[in-house]
Amino acid sequence: MSTGKTIQETEQEIVEAFSLFDSWDDKYEYIIDLGKRLPVLDAVHKTDANKVRGCQSAVWLVASYEDGLVHFKADSDAMIVKGLVSMLITVLSGHTPDEILGAKLGFMEEIGMMKHLAQTRSNGLLAMVKQMKHFALAFKMKNQLNHDGN
Amino acid sequence: MSTNANNINTGIIRSQFPILQRMVKDKPLVYLDNAATTQKPQAVIDALVSYYTTCNANIHRGIHTLAEEATAAFEATRDAAQVFINAPSREEVIFTKGTTEGINLVAATWGRKEISAGDEIIISAMEHHSNIVPWQVLCEEKGAQLKVIPVNEIGELDMEVFHQLLSEKTKLVAVVHVSNALGTINPVKEIITAAHAAGAKVLIDGAQSAPHLDIDVQALDCDFFVCSAHKLYGPTGVGVLYGKKAILEAMPVFQGGGEMISEVTFEKTTYNELPYKYEAGTPNIADVIAFKAALDFIAVTGKQNIAQHEQVLLEAATRQLEEIDGLHIIGRAKNKASVISFVIDGVHPQDIGILLDNQGIALRTGHHCTQPLMACFGIPGTSRASFAVYNTLEETEKLTAGLRKAIKMLL
Repeated sequence: MSTGKTIQETEQEIVEAFSLFDSWDDKYEYIIDLGKRLPVLDAVHKTDANKVRGCQSAVWLVASYEDGLVHFKADSDAMIVKGLVSMLITVLSGHTPDEILGAKLGFMEEIGMMKHLAQTRSNGLLAMVKQMKHFALAFKMKNQLNHDGN
Repeated sequence: MSTNANNINTGIIRSQFPILQRMVKDKPLVYLDNAATTQKPQAVIDALVSYYTTCNANIHRGIHTLAEEATAAFEATRDAAQVFINAPSREEVIFTKGTTEGINLVAATWGRKEISAGDEIIISAMEHHSNIVPWQVLCEEKGAQLKVIPVNEIGELDMEVFHQLLSEKTKLVAVVHVSNALGTINPVKEIITAAHAAGAKVLIDGAQSAPHLDIDVQALDCDFFVCSAHKLYGPTGVGVLYGKKAILEAMPVFQGGGEMISEVTFEKTTYNELPYKYEAGTPNIADVIAFKAALDFIAVTGKQNIAQHEQVLLEAATRQLEEIDGLHIIGRAKNKASVISFVIDGVHPQDIGILLDNQGIALRTGHHCTQPLMACFGIPGTSRASFAVYNTLEETEKLTAGLRKAIKMLL
């Protein structure tokens, strides 16, 4: 599902979308809407192994690797978290492991999310980012091994 | 600010709590997380500053003026705490870091000595983790058994089962006076009488009862009572452990060090008398001294007045929340302190917490350190509003309006 946009371009789009909102109520409404529209994750993926550690609510994250691109799917039992993970997926999904590993994800600071969320919750958000980068790194290593093997 | 239908003038009370003037997310703070910790009146903050600016010194052995003043102030808090729980003597009032340390102290001293293989300790299904884990550890170490009084569907203890659990094997009953997660006020007098008849000792976890109920350890006849200053408008890092003198005297020491000794040689150490025997090392002098200002605040305001005011808030909030579609109050005991836990169909407590925080309303969401209790109700957690003396009826209305708004956004 590569959109042809770079990670930075997608980040910029989110920052611009958020700049249109006057209040945090509106921002939360937007995030909740993203959460509601995130495709449902198949129940078989909602295992303990797929849970992201460090989140107060349950967050499940799965990744696949196809034609050199990483694709993410996720779900959460809490709606705002689901909206946040949806943004991360929009930004990172469909990119190469190197692009994902190199992503600065400055948009999270720029939209004020990190400052607005209580420490425990922004830690959860960082845990999600870390998990996504771990997946990218794992795919990259696997890919290198395969190439070395050839 | 309105005066409610009792002896509490919330306007005057609130003016003593500087933090209540602040804004959160550009809205006036509505602080409803009092079961976690209460805010502090100016007098407590002043006492802390005054201690460090006028009489900071190590207590008890110093001969100079500062040491004497600090010692007098420290010991004055012990006297105030003795009155607060109506302990028979000041020697029975031991300062700890808080409720958790008080329970751990009893488990590590009395428990280590008195509990052996085959013995039983009874707790309840609504205990805070701090009144579960120390006993679990002790039971594992000693080969003793932990028995649990179940909770019924409205959040009351099943007293019938409790009486069945009691036997000659029971050495200790450790129960919470008021549930932090549900607000249930437990019939501790009945528990203590029955436990004593069976030959067991009783520890009452008063972390949540001390702020709301009149505490009289002599009338209760409990063997141990523990509570925390920070839930009583006092500083963090201070707690009170009450124990009956005869029991405290017979108990082995907790921590070794300065203060708790009478004489030390390499062959043998003799221990100091009560209460110092259990207060090794330099204590939390500043916070203990400031705790007296909190106890004075409660005494001046009047425990009865506080309790009555909180009941008015509890009833109003309960009535208002019940009208919200899909909202279920967890814990509907007949006797409740000012705590309301609730779940909302299709809504995660975390979302409620975030969206209410965005409206300046501080609630607690999660399992409230009572995971076994949450499991009894088949839920991972709740949202919890808990009221203190400075809360107002306007704030219960803000809570209700805030919840309605959050639900509308989420569903």
